[in-house]
Amino acid sequence: MHEDHGISIWFFIGSLLTVYGFIIVIASLPAVFSAAAQPHVVLAQLHAGLWWGAILLLLGVFYVITYWPAKKDQQHSES
Amino acid sequence: MCTFMIQLCSCVPAVLLASSSIISLGWADVLIIVIYFAMVLGIGYYLSRFTKTGDDFFLAGRKMTMWIAGLAFISANLGSLELMGWAASAYQYGILAAHWYWIGAIPAMLFLGIVMMPFYYISRTHSVPGYLKLRFGESSRMLAAISFAFMTILMSGVNMFSMALVMKVIIGWDINFSIWVSSITVLVYVALGGLLSAMFNEVVQFVLIWAGALLIPIIGLMEVGGWKGVIARIHENFPNGDYTHLWSTLGHFRDNPMGINWVGIVFGLGFIISFGYWTTDFLVVQRVLSAKDLRSAKMSPIIGAAFKMLVPFIVILPGLIGLAVMPGLVGQDQAAASGAASYNEILPLMMARYLGPGLLGLGITALIAGFMSGMAGNITAFSTVWTYDIYKPIHLALTGKEVDDKHYVSMGRWATIVGIFVSIGTAYLVEHAASIMDYVQALFSFFIAPLYGTVILGMLWKRATPAGGFWGLLAGTLSSIGMWAWVRLDPRALSIIAGSPDAKAMAEDMYRALWSWLICVAVTVLVSLATRPKPEAELVGLVRGCTEIPSEGHLPLVKRPIFWAGVVFAAFLVLQIIFW
Repeated sequence: MHEDHGISIWFFIGSLLTVYGFIIVIASLPAVFSAAAQPHVVLAQLHAGLWWGAILLLLGVFYVITYWPAKKDQQHSES
Repeated sequence: MCTFMIQLCSCVPAVLLASSSIISLGWADVLIIVIYFAMVLGIGYYLSRFTKTGDDFFLAGRKMTMWIAGLAFISANLGSLELMGWAASAYQYGILAAHWYWIGAIPAMLFLGIVMMPFYYISRTHSVPGYLKLRFGESSRMLAAISFAFMTILMSGVNMFSMALVMKVIIGWDINFSIWVSSITVLVYVALGGLLSAMFNEVVQFVLIWAGALLIPIIGLMEVGGWKGVIARIHENFPNGDYTHLWSTLGHFRDNPMGINWVGIVFGLGFIISFGYWTTDFLVVQRVLSAKDLRSAKMSPIIGAAFKMLVPFIVILPGLIGLAVMPGLVGQDQAAASGAASYNEILPLMMARYLGPGLLGLGITALIAGFMSGMAGNITAFSTVWTYDIYKPIHLALTGKEVDDKHYVSMGRWATIVGIFVSIGTAYLVEHAASIMDYVQALFSFFIAPLYGTVILGMLWKRATPAGGFWGLLAGTLSSIGMWAWVRLDPRALSIIAGSPDAKAMAEDMYRALWSWLICVAVTVLVSLATRPKPEAELVGLVRGCTEIPSEGHLPLVKRPIFWAGVVFAAFLVLQIIFW
């Protein structure tokens, strides 16, 4: 967790964003097929949940891959 | 934020009787909240293995990168009441509320990084009261430490109750449930991993706050047709008020909805309150002290300032969009009497307006994350000041012997536990006597401005003496208390303190801070000139002119803190001109 050892904080953040993105995409899918799924949401036709969830998911996957713990250990051993 | 909490709690019984909540959560929302709690506890458990020494527990091992220290620095301040409160203030006062994020933060944060940080860092102090001990002696340290520890723990309880109340209003959670679940979670992860755990969770919380809140202004701007649409709709809804200019309405107290003038904003907020908070409040300074080297310590507040400058996008803009799309929200008292919606709830109202399933859970998680980062900030700062600045000198005086580092880590953990339970007790005290909140808020404000006067003179003026530092701090604090009591006893006193009969409550805070700082500085200077100064050899590492600051001349321009401070300051100036 520090600079010199442990799992990077960005790996934890990436994991959280990945899981959250996935949940939000799944939860937003019903509104794509039926407007009644979000009756009180203004501009529901934009399907903000779907694209915001997808952005979080992609960002999360990027951070998970970049800061994967084994990868960091390997970089340290090489240096 | 103070105004918001006082307004919120001035009608506690009415709010508690409210049965309906603003938002109802679905399965995805609940799942997101549960995962958040599991994640912060998991991080705390994982980090406990790295927390062995006092430096690990109280200063995160002094190994933090500039990014982590910088994000934790700003996150500890970015509480949920801050988010809710300033969104509400933006609805009430318009874009003037952005002053608390720009002139009320940016210059002070840059000043901390460039001018003050070298002295905090080179002195190797554990805390701000610890610096006062080195510079002015034990009496100044004790005065600052006891007042800080006492107020921090009370503020933590006040925030806890306010948050529980907000959760009840927004999603209908039971107040006891909110208080106990959130505080036990903070207790577990801070007691396990100390400042290291608090800071890593603050970085996670910072990301979540943005992920949860950023969508509201984006969709809001889409609805009203961009920034020009916001201005047009606000002018249409409120033709007699000016809510969209930052500086042009500050010529006189009566020209703006806040009842303040530019002198109060520039000198009271921008020069005293802001510098007092950002450069001497140990809650935020502690995060920067954990940086791995001096350059990181100098860069951390600069990185924090860059992000702080963007926060109005997720806090102030939703309030302004609320003015455009939801006119007619009223103050808390009026809402409690009439049953109408209050502008104090503008942020959750905007969440309910724009966010669907899953996104709502993320928005609520952002509020919970904000609350927990603020509370962890209070608790870690309290445990450090208690252990190093109150317990350690008293223990040393009574027993006459030093004890090992493990003893202080253990004391820090106990202070964390006791601090949380005192906070919970304060929260219940506020629930039964809401006026206590008003007094706690005011008490906290008494110390900020004078402490800044003492610290800045201590760092920049080698002639300042221990007696000058102590008596200046005491005189500034007592004068602040005196002015506050004067206005409570005779409200007409406000026109004398602020210099205008049109001044409103917000102006009182600014001018009280300004006067108490001036009194602190004047007394410090006069007493110092009449007493014997410390030899220069004792001021090495503590005072400008007696301390050799490591040169950064060998670094390329893009690695120098002063360069980035200049970039951030230029961006700050551009924002002032754009929204003038």
